[in-house]
Amino acid sequence: MVTYIVRRLITAALILLGASFLVYLLTASSGDPLEEFRASSAPNKQQLMDSRSELLDLDTPAPLRYFKWLGGAARCLVPFAGSCDLGKNIAGQPITEALGFALVQTLTLVTGATILAILIGIALGIITALRQYSALDYGVTFMAFLFFSLPIFWVAVLLKEYGAIGFNDFLRNPEIPLPVALGIGAVAGIIVAVAVGGAARRRVVSGGMVFLAVSLILIYFSVVQWFRNPGLGPVVIAIAGVGLAFAVTLLVSGLKNRKALQSSLIVVGLGVVAYFAVQPLLNQATAVMIVLLGVATIGVGVATGYLMGGYDRGQSMRAAGITAFLVGGLILMDRFMQAWPSYFSNSRVRGRPIATIGAGTPNIQGDFWVLTLDTFTHLILPTTALILVSLASYTRFTRSSMLEIMNMDYIRTARAKGLSERSVVMGHAFRNALIPIATIVAFDIGALIGGAVITETVFSVRGMGFLFLDGIMHTDPNPVMGVFVCVAVTAMVFNLIADLAYSALDPRVRIKA
Amino acid sequence: MSQPTQQEEFLAEQSHPRPPGAPVEEEAKGLSQGQIVRKRFLGHSGAIAGLFIFAIIFLMAFTSVGWAGIPGWWKYDHLDVSPLVNDGVPTASLWPPAWGEHPFGQDRIGRDLFAMTMRGAQQSIIIMLLIGIIAGLIGTVVGGLSGYFRGWVEAILMRITDVIIIIPVLLLAAVVAQSVNRRDQGGWFSGFAASNGILILGIFLGLVSWVGLARLMRGEFLTLREREFVDAARISGASNARIIFKHILPNAIGVLIVNVTLTMSAAILLETALSYLGVGVKSPDTSLGLLISQNQEAFSTRPWLFWFPGLFIVLICLSINFIGDGLRDAFDPRQKKFNAKKARGTKPAGEPDKVPAPAGGATTADGSAGD
Repeated sequence: MVTYIVRRLITAALILLGASFLVYLLTASSGDPLEEFRASSAPNKQQLMDSRSELLDLDTPAPLRYFKWLGGAARCLVPFAGSCDLGKNIAGQPITEALGFALVQTLTLVTGATILAILIGIALGIITALRQYSALDYGVTFMAFLFFSLPIFWVAVLLKEYGAIGFNDFLRNPEIPLPVALGIGAVAGIIVAVAVGGAARRRVVSGGMVFLAVSLILIYFSVVQWFRNPGLGPVVIAIAGVGLAFAVTLLVSGLKNRKALQSSLIVVGLGVVAYFAVQPLLNQATAVMIVLLGVATIGVGVATGYLMGGYDRGQSMRAAGITAFLVGGLILMDRFMQAWPSYFSNSRVRGRPIATIGAGTPNIQGDFWVLTLDTFTHLILPTTALILVSLASYTRFTRSSMLEIMNMDYIRTARAKGLSERSVVMGHAFRNALIPIATIVAFDIGALIGGAVITETVFSVRGMGFLFLDGIMHTDPNPVMGVFVCVAVTAMVFNLIADLAYSALDPRVRIKA
Repeated sequence: MSQPTQQEEFLAEQSHPRPPGAPVEEEAKGLSQGQIVRKRFLGHSGAIAGLFIFAIIFLMAFTSVGWAGIPGWWKYDHLDVSPLVNDGVPTASLWPPAWGEHPFGQDRIGRDLFAMTMRGAQQSIIIMLLIGIIAGLIGTVVGGLSGYFRGWVEAILMRITDVIIIIPVLLLAAVVAQSVNRRDQGGWFSGFAASNGILILGIFLGLVSWVGLARLMRGEFLTLREREFVDAARISGASNARIIFKHILPNAIGVLIVNVTLTMSAAILLETALSYLGVGVKSPDTSLGLLISQNQEAFSTRPWLFWFPGLFIVLICLSINFIGDGLRDAFDPRQKKFNAKKARGTKPAGEPDKVPAPAGGATTADGSAGD
């Protein structure tokens, strides 16, 4: 095992050396860094060219410059020495500094999108696999192909036009005309009727109920101008919490496990009490406090499950912990909604909250909630675009993985010994279907850091992809190399992790050292 | 109540992989492998629809504005400037069906959008085919050699693959774009590149997108070379070349074709993305990605300039994806028939979905674990 890892790492280091040499030469030969001065008629033209030649060390041939760069980069391997030197970019800024800034931007942009895409994609994949060849399956498959065929820059422009500009116009006077409300309700109802499955009667009833509920809610929203002053309030949190408690228990342990259901419901009760208790505390919130509160919430949930016990203590703890987390999320969402009016009327936002470019409103003032809302409103469009285009791969992959598992003999055995469908799907099939998905997820997380060049360009986020593209455009090898090394190292490390995880999760795959 | 029924369905599917009446034997009776594949492919309605749409787009793109000096039937080409008709609004209408002077409208200076879109579709299709052919050839050769001969051949070829796989495509495209732009600096390459930018771009992208295919083909060769019929051929004295071309390659052709198709659908998006970023096809020539990039600012005033090129990207890519899906179902021997009516009665075989990126998570795991 250790031999295997060491050998993989040595190979990776050699590959990295070779590839970085090629990348350096390619970047250096991709253009002329002095081009912008050659055409200029500035009196100090020669001086400008000389200073840039000196900055980029253009008098040294590119292969030699690579080894100079390598010498500086090698010092990054010395831990805690702080002597890391990846050179400077064309503006004279050290690359290490630029990389740090870009990394933060990129990670805020892609992390949420990737996590959401993975969660939604896996959920959709499992549902379509369980309903193979149903209308839902065909619909999702078609949508997956469609989204997979969409160029992201095209989606981005559409989102900007309809998601941002259109929604901001709508917020100016948030009234939903009656036909529109009924239309949205009808669409939602039809989708549910198709998705539910089962007998025709069941479909019609569920579809009709969803149609009524959605239409009524929209009409209510329109009447009270909810989109201007959104909020959930304790009553909605309590109702939604009870629903969540049932749903989570159904998935985690099945409703037959009364103790699990009771602990989830108790947690919902605690959550509603906590809603009132934490409001003053939340007014002085910081990011660290939110994280601590989140951890505490899960802790309370798990503890409740532990105290309730039952024949399977672990299931109660899991169900209550997940419910607690979700109810905590509802309370947090409510607090964000409370901050919405003040964000909306902020002098910098001026009633157009959904932003089309950038990573934040410049010079915005406000408390934690307003600032976080500002980040959210800037993230929502790129995140949606990224989710749309990356959803397809997860859905299709999970579906095929799940279908393969459902044909396995041990699934038949599990059914034959009389396990409930829930326990067959969640306990036996889903877990094994996750094994190949885990490797894909590891690959994708490794690729996260590279950022999404096109998304960053379209939405003017100055992340890793932007840094890379900018370096190429100015024939500036140092930022290109910095981004390349970061991306390649993480990709290779996560590749290794994916392989190791695969052999750890699936005992049939053994690593031969 | 749905749970038990669903369970029953699954059980039914499990216990009767070949239920009475399922036309499994009939389907295969007296037919060669190629005939079975063709029959299955023709029965896949999504793939046939994709093929049909792609054929229409292909014909329209290449006949309307002409190609390689051959004039087409459309009166404008992508560079012609004509006076604005109706302020450039598209003249085509569905009802009453009319084509009009400028069916897709005109841009600000009066160029015909239909001609530009057709020209862009041509470029995309040419690049797609080039990438498919080049990547398919190199991928098969590299993957096949390293999978069949193992040893140092495999070590060298796979390390080269590893190096190329981590070099960003964007960088290579930028290098190509720069050399195309340097018309004045002489050299046969710059001269050729300047006049045939699209071919150069396609060839270069093909030269870097074979890596995924090579890994897949290597895995395929690794499994096939251990099979009994290969041993039998070797014992009866067949040469390496004969084993590769007569025994292994025909069995690997399904995986190859399917993945070349999927590479091609990714190639369309790659080309449009590179053109959008300004390192692909450059003005005055045009491409679908470039059209969108040039016209996205004008979305509020001239939205059609944005809709039509995007629509064509989606249509081409979608049809290729559906063709690829149909081919995969046709080539997969575990798949009985991808047909909604008959699917209920047959065993739902797991399709080895390689739709997008996850090309070979398991392959890599197995491959490197087997090192």
